[in-house]
Amino acid sequence: MCRWMLKRFTAVFALFLFMPLALAVPLMNMPYGVTPMSHDIYRLHMITFYICCIIGVVVFGFLFYSIYKYRQSKGSVAANFHEHPMVEILWTLIPFLILVGLAIPATIVLKDIHNTNESDLIVKITGYQWKWKYEYLDQGISFFSTLSTPQAQIDDPKEPKDQWFLLEVDNPMVIPIHKKVKLLVTSNDVIHDWWVPDFAVKQDAIPGYINENWLEVDKVGTYRGQCGELCGAYHGFMPIVVQAVSDEDFAKWVAAHSPNAKAEAGGLIPTAQAATRPLSKDDLFKIGEKQYATSCAMCHQPTGQGLPPSFPALKGSSIVTGDVNKNIQLVLHGVPGTAMQAFGEQLDNQTLAGILTYVRNSWGNDALNAAHKQAVVVQPEDIEKAR
Amino acid sequence: MSDMATAIDKHEQATDDHGDHGPAKGFKRWLFTTNHKDIGTLYLLLSLAMFFVAGIMALVVRVELFEPGKVWVTPDFFNQMTTMHGLIMVFGVIMPAMAGFANWMIPMMIGAPDMALPRLNNWSFWLLPFAFLLLTLPLDKELLSMLGRAIGISIFPGAGPAPDYGWTFYAPLSTTYGPDSTDYMIFAIHMMGISSILAAINIVVTIFNMRAPGMTWTRMPIFVWGWLVTAFLLLAVMPVLAGCVTMMLMDRHFHTAFFEAAGGGDPVLFQHIFWFFGHPEVYILILPAFGIISEVVQTFSRKRLFGYIFMVWANVSIALLGFLVWMHHMFTTGAPYAAQLFFMYVTMLVSVPTGIKIFNWVTTIFKGSISFETPMLFALGFLVMFTLGGFSGLMLAIAPADYQYRGSYFVVAHFHYVLVSGSLFAIFAGVYYWLPKWTGHHYSEVWGKWHFWLTAISMNITFFPMHFLGLAGMPRRIPDYALQFTDFNQLATVGAFIFGFSQLIFLGIIINSCRKASAGVNEHLPNRVWEGARSLEWTLPTPAPYHTFATPPELGHETH
Ligand SMILES: [Cu+2]
Repeated sequence: MCRWMLKRFTAVFALFLFMPLALAVPLMNMPYGVTPMSHDIYRLHMITFYICCIIGVVVFGFLFYSIYKYRQSKGSVAANFHEHPMVEILWTLIPFLILVGLAIPATIVLKDIHNTNESDLIVKITGYQWKWKYEYLDQGISFFSTLSTPQAQIDDPKEPKDQWFLLEVDNPMVIPIHKKVKLLVTSNDVIHDWWVPDFAVKQDAIPGYINENWLEVDKVGTYRGQCGELCGAYHGFMPIVVQAVSDEDFAKWVAAHSPNAKAEAGGLIPTAQAATRPLSKDDLFKIGEKQYATSCAMCHQPTGQGLPPSFPALKGSSIVTGDVNKNIQLVLHGVPGTAMQAFGEQLDNQTLAGILTYVRNSWGNDALNAAHKQAVVVQPEDIEKAR
Repeated sequence: MSDMATAIDKHEQATDDHGDHGPAKGFKRWLFTTNHKDIGTLYLLLSLAMFFVAGIMALVVRVELFEPGKVWVTPDFFNQMTTMHGLIMVFGVIMPAMAGFANWMIPMMIGAPDMALPRLNNWSFWLLPFAFLLLTLPLDKELLSMLGRAIGISIFPGAGPAPDYGWTFYAPLSTTYGPDSTDYMIFAIHMMGISSILAAINIVVTIFNMRAPGMTWTRMPIFVWGWLVTAFLLLAVMPVLAGCVTMMLMDRHFHTAFFEAAGGGDPVLFQHIFWFFGHPEVYILILPAFGIISEVVQTFSRKRLFGYIFMVWANVSIALLGFLVWMHHMFTTGAPYAAQLFFMYVTMLVSVPTGIKIFNWVTTIFKGSISFETPMLFALGFLVMFTLGGFSGLMLAIAPADYQYRGSYFVVAHFHYVLVSGSLFAIFAGVYYWLPKWTGHHYSEVWGKWHFWLTAISMNITFFPMHFLGLAGMPRRIPDYALQFTDFNQLATVGAFIFGFSQLIFLGIIINSCRKASAGVNEHLPNRVWEGARSLEWTLPTPAPYHTFATPPELGHETH
């Protein structure tokens, strides 16, 4: 361990010594990106950076020369001048002119950011504590996108981590390349911020506002970003993954995900909330176990012990081992002003029934429910009735 | 010469011929004191204590960020640490330290016997310890119950979380979603606000009315000018912050919806109000620092400050422009194009007067006779690194590029360059500069230099990599991060620990000087401890007697 750390530090310190060269390495600079906007912003960033470098060389040169040349220890005697209006005017005017030169391209690029007209595709993005919802308004596609890194990798330092640790999601946003995509960004609870560095798009998601931005990706690929505004305990755990695909692939994706396609496919979970077919306890438990990890475990923890006082424990909880209808209502409608959301809007009947069955049977809650004579199995139909 | 100062003079002469009777003994001296030097000392000691408290919080943050995955604390506790670190560093370290300098130095620099409103002065200080007790109450309770558990008794069970929404406490995260302790924070901010407003009133009144005869506005030391402008800023914006937190309180408990979209309110309104306070606030943190740097640079260059009048006007124009730039913190909130343009232009314009200040300092050094005592080292460190912070500030001003920088570690790097190597370095420079005058003891230059070099190097190891992290896409305020950010975060953590432990040298130097001062050790230092120093405080004996300038001084040829 010690050896390893020592090695690591040596490497890292070597890196520090070469920091001035660092901007040449992509990982240390703003990405050039894959949209026209990201290219423009990158260039603006580099122009400003070089101007700063030039000013820095002049100012620091003058400073270090003066410090070196006029040391008292070398017998320097202080001169007596202390004002010179011409010089002052000069170093007011020159920086001002430089700023004007910088403001012109900045003004042009900024105008372009606001030009959200004539888009080919509109995606509405809604921030939730702590996930994103993507809605393709004209295609009728709508889904949540949640962190897919297993909780064990986050909690256990010994667990090997994926390449895209904390930058991976279950359902990525999919967009076609060379198409102008208009983004409508808003939030369901607190302020979030949708940020993908490769697109140079960062737009605050604010409850009550619909902010606009746009992007036009010129390369097929997977692009990753994160929430850019502190939004509570799991602000660091709501990544953004966008797959930019060719037109044909996008058409295929739309076909596969449109509401009709899903209904035809049948299977366990059609989108309609009305899927009320009764399931066995085992099936429900399995559905619940899987979905608990995605939707609940972050706050209530995989152990069901929560993180009191912010996130209450489910293990032995009076609600989870009490009246089942109250339990259903709470999950459907959430607790306003807390991180407990109205999951009725987000998940279908089968999934909710599964989660409820899972929590009412786990961590010793089954015994407590038996003692309290409360139900341990919740069927999709119960959820549908309670909606 | 004001009537008030005359009155005080007469009073002093009637009761005490030398104006040099000692203070009361014991804790009552500190609790009831109305002496500007005692109150200055109290402010500085509070600041020092809070510096270590908030510093430890920063180290908790850096430990958690040492590697990806959970290292030590939960995400929620991590947020409490970043929030409290920011709030305490701004309101509990930099502001009280600057107020300490104001109390100690303004009367001595303008030739006044004390501050104009001494009892008010006492109250403005004593509000602060209670404000910080309230602000940190959940953490204090947690700490006590931990200690209790260690010795087997259960006291203060179950403290709720401390404020955990960042020092900017954006609604609705802090209102609808805030923990109970938010109400403590609101009350604490009210107390700090009252304290700051009273201190600012006192400073303005003192400077306007109590200058020694002949100390005209253009002969006033530049440090005093810096504080005068700052005091007006405080008077203008602290009430705005008070209004902001009061609206939060109403939203939380009285069913208003100022910031609640669901009730017809506007979460962005919060940001407008907060930053209308918040941007002038950063100038409140830096303008007194500019003053200290000006004093130190001219003393150790043995040359008058270059362009005095322009330096004063630069202060004033920075302060005025500071009221017109708040929306540059909000470029990505969906602001309209025209608003973004206006705020981008004005923000860029701020770099003109700031540049003037840098150029004038460098020209003061040019053709001087320079020596490198510890205060000067910190001042030179300030010149270089504050300028770097200025560069990243200019980059952040460019609105389109800000779409990439905002909310990232680039911003964290930027404001630590202007606040640590800006305000904090100026505070260090000021403490080393005036410590001999305060205590009568000359600190050890060897230790002072160790302190400077360790601090300056570790500060760069800590914060320079954060520029890269931000540009590469790491958001600020996250407790855990993707693998590609690991190297720079480890570097920053190592730097932060070196930085933290280096401050123990500073603590040692202060304790040593204070011990000698209270033991009454007389080292017979000359009045003019630094031979290049010019302003009035250096005409007084060292250490400065408990009462000074009971009779107004005769002004020499030069004061600034
Ligand atoms: Cu978020």
